[in-house]
Amino acid sequence: MTASDAVRTSGLTKRFGSQTVVDAIDLAVPRGSVYGFLGPNGSGKTTTIRMLLGLVTPTLGSIELLGWPVPGREVDALPRVGALVEGPAFHPYLSGRENLHRLDAADRTSDPATAARRIDEALDRVGLLPAARKRYRAYSLGMRQRLAIAVALLTPKDLMVLDEPTNGLDPQGTREVRSLIASLATDGTTVLVSSHLLSEVEQVCTHIGVMHAGRLITQGTAAEIRRHQETEARIETDQPDHTARLMRELGLRDVRTTPHGAAGRLGDVPPEKVVAACVHAGLSVTRFIVDAPTLEDVFVALTGEGFDVSG
Amino acid sequence: MSAAELSATAAVPARRPSPRFLASELRLVLRRRRNLAGLAVLAAVPIFIAIAVKSSASQPGADAPDFFRSITENGLFVSLAALTVELGIFLPLAVAAIAGDAVAGEANLGTLRYLLVVPVSRLRLLAVKYTAIVLFAFVATFLVAVVGMVIGLALFGGGNLTTLSGTQISFTEGLGRVALASAYLGCALASLGAVGLFISTLTEQPIAATIATVIFSAASLILDSIPQVDWLHPYLLTHHWTAFGDLLRTPIAWSGVVQGLYVAAAYALVFFLAAWARFAGKDVTN
Repeated sequence: MTASDAVRTSGLTKRFGSQTVVDAIDLAVPRGSVYGFLGPNGSGKTTTIRMLLGLVTPTLGSIELLGWPVPGREVDALPRVGALVEGPAFHPYLSGRENLHRLDAADRTSDPATAARRIDEALDRVGLLPAARKRYRAYSLGMRQRLAIAVALLTPKDLMVLDEPTNGLDPQGTREVRSLIASLATDGTTVLVSSHLLSEVEQVCTHIGVMHAGRLITQGTAAEIRRHQETEARIETDQPDHTARLMRELGLRDVRTTPHGAAGRLGDVPPEKVVAACVHAGLSVTRFIVDAPTLEDVFVALTGEGFDVSG
Repeated sequence: MSAAELSATAAVPARRPSPRFLASELRLVLRRRRNLAGLAVLAAVPIFIAIAVKSSASQPGADAPDFFRSITENGLFVSLAALTVELGIFLPLAVAAIAGDAVAGEANLGTLRYLLVVPVSRLRLLAVKYTAIVLFAFVATFLVAVVGMVIGLALFGGGNLTTLSGTQISFTEGLGRVALASAYLGCALASLGAVGLFISTLTEQPIAATIATVIFSAASLILDSIPQVDWLHPYLLTHHWTAFGDLLRTPIAWSGVVQGLYVAAAYALVFFLAAWARFAGKDVTN
């Protein structure tokens, strides 16, 4: 943890009654990073985010948001923070534009003289300008989500906190959110994005934190997290047993035969050495695959698979 | 200075206080169809009273309420009769609807969390919400008074006004007295609004908060009519409400009105502080 973290928590804990929803987490989101905050539904992500934004008071522990202590000085930090918290929420009988006007009017740091222009720019950036005059209640789920993102774009931000930004979006909308995150990151904005669907954020994240049952079970750069799971080599051949023996001799671990050949964890063994050894031994290799683990694999390995809702 | 403070992003300076948020809040309240319908009902009562009195063959009898007897003499009394009639349930209900919705309505929609992360400090949010409730209370009472005045003058004419003490005052002074009475009732309803604001911080169901606020005002009226608890009467929110009639005497009998203002101010202060105490540390989880 360094002073340059955009978000830093220490021993952050929240109990509702006897239930510990967030359990002593030390979150560190470096400035300029795109931090993927992952975990199954009910793992404590949203409660953590609510605490970061001053909506929920921690039971224990401390938070620094852009260097300001929260709770206490959130009013100083939040003008530089854009947030999408647990889905969009607006006044249904106001239009999209009117809803943005209301939130901009509530902001003591925004300039009333430029409000109309900033609002239209934000609507344009999320592609809602044609629907600006429509009542919010007539918006589709995807449009509602975009409007919530437009709120965060009204004034320049140092940090964007996006809680499940792709919920309810079609694949096209999901891609748009991803490219928006990428463009924010390019502008130097720190992005904290939570998701239970790892594949949606994997490509844009520089850092990852994984929550499970209220605990932050791992945190680091995306590369560090991937290293948790070792690279696997798979060889397709008509001589599986022979190949497996060779792989063991080379020092691969967890070697097993597969229907079309053999597979094992590479560890420190360079893949090219395996290929060379196979050729040297005269094996007929039809296919050689080096399989780097996806974050999905890491995620599943850390949090388990299936529909269990933790907590 | 600690390392943490050194690394803090410079706070964006707040601009000078502007009425933008309050204006937005008032637009939200006054443009909502439900609220407009409520105001239309409030405005319909004086019209109904005036037409009923005008069209009935017999004049209101001696047993009719004070202001009703005077309607045919001076149209201004339509305003006062309408205020008297609506003070029982319509006006408290209107204020309770706005106040109950203030925080619970935003919590129910989920817009509360987005207002707080704008950010709006919780004290500022309550202050803006309460200011809007107070202004609505005045809008409601003056709407009833003005509509009553217009229809009353149209159907019964104006001229000098005979006060409840039996002496005459000029029409202009009578107009001033009606305005004073409306303002007094505005203050009275504003204090009920503070109760509603407090209840609104306790729940995420705006209707529940509105009903609870109406029950509070009804319970106060009921207690006020039970002689066995007369020691309690001077402290009841609604006890001094009917004192607005004293403003129609010559000279004005101020004591009831002044006591009423003290009680209203005390309720407003206590319940606003209670709302703040409750809301300041509340977890916003929806």
